[in-house]
Amino acid sequence: MQQRLARGEAAALGELYDRFASLVHHLAYRVLGEEEAADRVTRDVFAHVWENPGSFNPKQSSLRSWIAALTHRQAVHRLRQSTAVSVDEGADEASPADVELKIRHASAAARADYIVTAMPAPLRDALELAYRERRDYREAAAALGVTEDEARRRLRLGLQLLSTAHDAAPRASSPPGPGRAR
Amino acid sequence: MSGPGEPGRTGPDDSDAPGPARRPRIPAPRPPAEDGGHWPGPAPARPRGVPAQGGSPEAAEADTRHTESETDAPNPTTARPDEEPAAAGTPPEPGARGEAGGVSAESDLTGTPAPSHHVLKSMLGAWALAACSAEEIAVVDHHLNQCPTCAEEAVRLRRAVGLLHVEENLDLNPQLRSRVLAGCLGRRPARIPVPEWAAPYDAEAARLDALIGDMGEAEWRAPVALRWFDGERARLRDTTVAGVIGHLLTVDGIVATAVGLPDPLGPGAPTGPLARTEAYWRAEPAHVAQLTRHGERPHGVRPPRAASRPATPRPPESSRAGPRPGAIRGPWREQGHALLRTVSFAGRGISQLSVPYGEFALPLRDALLDRAFECWVHGVDIAEAVSYPYRPPAAAHLNLMIDLCARLLPRALAERRQAGLASPPRHLGRAGVPSRSLHLEVEGHGGGHWCIALDSPTATASPDEQVAHLVLDREEFCRLVAGHVPPLDVVAGQLGDPEAIRDVLYATASLSRL
Repeated sequence: MQQRLARGEAAALGELYDRFASLVHHLAYRVLGEEEAADRVTRDVFAHVWENPGSFNPKQSSLRSWIAALTHRQAVHRLRQSTAVSVDEGADEASPADVELKIRHASAAARADYIVTAMPAPLRDALELAYRERRDYREAAAALGVTEDEARRRLRLGLQLLSTAHDAAPRASSPPGPGRAR
Repeated sequence: MSGPGEPGRTGPDDSDAPGPARRPRIPAPRPPAEDGGHWPGPAPARPRGVPAQGGSPEAAEADTRHTESETDAPNPTTARPDEEPAAAGTPPEPGARGEAGGVSAESDLTGTPAPSHHVLKSMLGAWALAACSAEEIAVVDHHLNQCPTCAEEAVRLRRAVGLLHVEENLDLNPQLRSRVLAGCLGRRPARIPVPEWAAPYDAEAARLDALIGDMGEAEWRAPVALRWFDGERARLRDTTVAGVIGHLLTVDGIVATAVGLPDPLGPGAPTGPLARTEAYWRAEPAHVAQLTRHGERPHGVRPPRAASRPATPRPPESSRAGPRPGAIRGPWREQGHALLRTVSFAGRGISQLSVPYGEFALPLRDALLDRAFECWVHGVDIAEAVSYPYRPPAAAHLNLMIDLCARLLPRALAERRQAGLASPPRHLGRAGVPSRSLHLEVEGHGGGHWCIALDSPTATASPDEQVAHLVLDREEFCRLVAGHVPPLDVVAGQLGDPEAIRDVLYATASLSRL
């Protein structure tokens, strides 16, 4: 994909969008809470990837997590900008601490969403059944064709992974994107 | 599941006799001596997302911020080895040995199976999600008062459940795609562009893909009635949403094979759209066999827009038991992408490559327009089946599709005439000789005016020889072309020769097929 983008293949750009647009838009929306702003971030992120396909290093991370990190950075950047503007205009008495808190909540939420999309499918399926379809673990086990022990294990492990979204304390200087290269 | 193997038995609640309706086998624990026999009884299930009692989030945060974020494709085998659910034979954690061990030992003595510490610990996920019985919740609640390790994890998991909340999860605006792509291409022009005539297919396939992208299994199995007009009468075929995508895959496959891509039906497959689709449906009877009939149409199975959903953009299906009807989406999408890629690289000449549709052939550029139109029409079929809105294509794309129909009409008229279904030509059509014509006007975005030659496909349609004027709304016109409305029931403004208008209406409807 990276080579195709570097080669300037428009069809590859379309495929990239089809694969990642919903992730990008969703993460941006989680941070910014506004559809229009999320649209703008989506535009900026894809433009960045299209213009700088070489800045992705496949040795450091997957394309998916690189794009998620770009999105997060861009969305937090926009959130800071918009909060700064509203403070300047006197529309909001938000203190810098409030802004950072807001960014922290938004980042945790966005990271959680990313974790859900990136976690192994069996764990995600179990969480889906229990959370969205409101099935208990016995019903989930039957639906997944696994033992009840396994269903409980998946629910617990899924939530454990999800809970790590609260762990990474965002720093004002370099907000850690989800799945940042380590 | 590729992660850790099945844990062995961890307690009496093993699933050698599974069944959702079974009574929970984890009994309420015997009251500890110090409670004096006052067991509060089963607690009602807590609503989701309500934080657990007895642990402030702040305290939990301070306590639990001991792992680095592990978000890059988390792996259950390595994510948190220190907190892996205890497998069979693993002793309970030291901190919890006291109470839990005691309860177990006591129960064993009395013959009452009581949950051990690690059964209770393994229950924490289900507990946090309120995905266990009220009785089990009460047992876990009780245990949490006594076991700090579990209590800490419980708070952490409950907070994680809070992260599953999404107030709004908007579908992507379908127009965003073209805006984003145009923005990109404005900043760095493509060296290998997608040909203009392939853009409608690109856009419509992406739109349909977005529609089906987050469908659940029930929706994939929702019944769809495919309608068309075979030249003489309305036809109808029942299939499912998955069957429709299979149909698109097999007919798109005609175009794919024409440009040298592999045939999704394999070598030796039939050529025409109908024969190919039926061959596919026969080979994949699951899509049709699962059909629910006689009013069992699952209306409203799809959650409304902006409904509260958990944080998964796409519900996973990969590990559900049984056949996954949605699996057809991947091959259809991949073939579409490969097709666009191939025509982008092929250069100008390929637009005229002849694509054989069995009884007729179309140049590639028209074949892809036709596929774009079909993609939209079947997108509407699917959207109706799952009660979801679906909008018409972008005006510029719709215009190209209507233009294709207008260009195909003279030949369709001639074919109907040969079959004795249309009135004879007034002028014996000779190439280049002006023919009687009909002024087709399609109203709305993407519409326009077309001059249709009535007497012969080779004749030049002349506005001077206009004998009739037909005006339709763009959506009505497309319903007619799709064969979704009987030709004479169409809502249209008609002026002039009624016979010519009737012939054109019938010919337009006969452009439709399965």
